Amino acid sequence: MLKDLFRGRPRYATINPTPGESRQEPRPVAPKEAPDGLWLKCDGCETILYRKELQQHAQICPKCGYHFRIGGWERLEQLADEGSFTVWEDHLASVDPLGFPGYPEKVVQAQARTGLSEAVIVGRAAIEELPVALGIFDFNFVGGSMGSVVGERLTRLFERAEAERLPVVVVSAGGGGARMQEGILSLMQMAKTSQAVARYRRCRMPFISVLTDPTMGGVYASFASLGDVIIAEPGARIGFAGPRIVQETTRQVLPEGFQTAEYALQNGMIDLVVPRPKLREQVAQLLRLHL
Amino acid sequence: MAATDFEWERPLIELEERIRELESFTDQRGIDLSEEITRLKRRADQLREEIFANLTPWQRVLLARHPGRPTTLEYIASIFDEFVELHGDRTFRDDPAMVGGIARLNGRPVTVIGPQKGRDTKENIRRNFGLPHPEGYRKAIRLMEQAERFGRPIITLIDVVGAYPGIEAEQRGQGLVIAEAIMTMSQLRVPIISVVTGEGGSGGALAIGVADRVWMLENAWYSVISPEMCAQILWKDSKRAPEAASLLRLTARDLMELGIIDGIVPEPMGGAHRDKEATARNVKEVLVRELQVLEGMDPDALLEARYQRYRRIGAFAEGQSQELASRREDGEEGQVPEEAGLGGQAVTGVGSPPAPSE
Ligand SMILES: [Zn+2]
Repeated sequence: MLKDLFRGRPRYATINPTPGESRQEPRPVAPKEAPDGLWLKCDGCETILYRKELQQHAQICPKCGYHFRIGGWERLEQLADEGSFTVWEDHLASVDPLGFPGYPEKVVQAQARTGLSEAVIVGRAAIEELPVALGIFDFNFVGGSMGSVVGERLTRLFERAEAERLPVVVVSAGGGGARMQEGILSLMQMAKTSQAVARYRRCRMPFISVLTDPTMGGVYASFASLGDVIIAEPGARIGFAGPRIVQETTRQVLPEGFQTAEYALQNGMIDLVVPRPKLREQVAQLLRLHL
Repeated sequence: MAATDFEWERPLIELEERIRELESFTDQRGIDLSEEITRLKRRADQLREEIFANLTPWQRVLLARHPGRPTTLEYIASIFDEFVELHGDRTFRDDPAMVGGIARLNGRPVTVIGPQKGRDTKENIRRNFGLPHPEGYRKAIRLMEQAERFGRPIITLIDVVGAYPGIEAEQRGQGLVIAEAIMTMSQLRVPIISVVTGEGGSGGALAIGVADRVWMLENAWYSVISPEMCAQILWKDSKRAPEAASLLRLTARDLMELGIIDGIVPEPMGGAHRDKEATARNVKEVLVRELQVLEGMDPDALLEARYQRYRRIGAFAEGQSQELASRREDGEEGQVPEEAGLGGQAVTGVGSPPAPSE
């Protein structure tokens, strides 16, 4: 049954009120993979934290400032003006082009877990009342990896933003890089999205790329690195090769803070490290400086 | 059997040795064994056909990694009339894992770029096994922009396991520079032809592979991830790479079917290393023919076609919102004729490669 769904050729048509656009309220997010219960331990300082308290602090440890990963809907709530988001391209759905074992099931599980249709959602939103074309990744969706749907949604986001002269903000959490299960088609999404950014630059509107934990591989090595301004969240892992691969290849001890946002800032690879509670304000300020 | 021969070739190689023995016997003793030799040669042809017509994806991966396979500089020496290698990224250093320069193809100046593996251990260490650092990609970008300034077409020869996953490579922006290389290639106003000659390892290959025409050698592979890493992720066992190689659909024929490449360059029976000059001739023929077509194109049309070449790649269903998907699971399917599904079959780009320019 699931397989049928993915192998393409579904036997129905979709009729959208406006093709490619539908208004959508954030869906309730299913509980995360993090251990259940009222309490959890901070990965940064090992303090035991009250889950409610963490929620009130934008999922940041009040003791050490460690940024816990957040899902797509939660990110949207924090970044965009309330009720301002209109989802685009939600009707693009993954298929299983290579017949890769376990892939359809993986996507269906990810949909159930995240309440998202794919690893990125795109649409129109407002940030401090400034209209933007917005893309938001969710790491919980197959590692935030970029397959055909993610590549196509982002490409359409840039194309539509150019047509409507909107700034673009994309919050990446593409730890999985290019999605293995779609093989070479995923790799080519790197070319598709990068050239879309190049075209978008013609309209002289800003593209602000926000890198959150983790942004790696093919996501980092394509559109996410091509922002006019690149911002990262504190402590976010940012890099091309996974740390284990680097360690196995070089047989060296990885330096302290290797591939963190701060490391990338120090090495000149990004513009700013911005704590989550300040992100909205910082993005808005940058947008205003371009208007 | 030499150390560089493969197990599956053993019967053939033994037969070839036997034929050589008989031939030298004929020469030395003057005894006519031609009938027997002819018979054995026919058998060898048959065997060769059997072995090499049905190579598994993994066998092709191994052929692509054969230590005797021609390297980028060997192709350059065979294909072009002259070549001046240019060095350095003008920022940090010269990366010996990436070579490039100006060459002449049938009298026409072109820029040639490609990763370079070593011929032996010593050279491999110097060239970091053909795994480029960011400065290698920066050199490639520099040479491509230089080519554009002088209206020179660009040819990239791709044989790379991947961009080097090292500490300093990360420090100096490996991911970022790959993105920049990809973006740069999408904007260059001169023809670009890429040929995957050996290994096409992920972003490190794509960074020099965004082109108007992409060809692959018959036994080359090109994939989002190496079979070993894929096997490691799937089964925590890199020894199962042969299975992963089949799953990933990474052979030239696979990529042709998926609409990613424009054509397959034939290799001599047994692989490119069996006859390097013949392989180089085949590559040259493709380059000359494709260049002729591309040079006739207006730069704006060229850029638009290149954009569309990548724009259409991707497999997805359109018009399948989640609500509809779940409704189908509830059994409310089949109310709409299949043809009306439109996007349901919008497997864009798959199976529709650009028409080969023959
Ligand atoms: Zn803490």
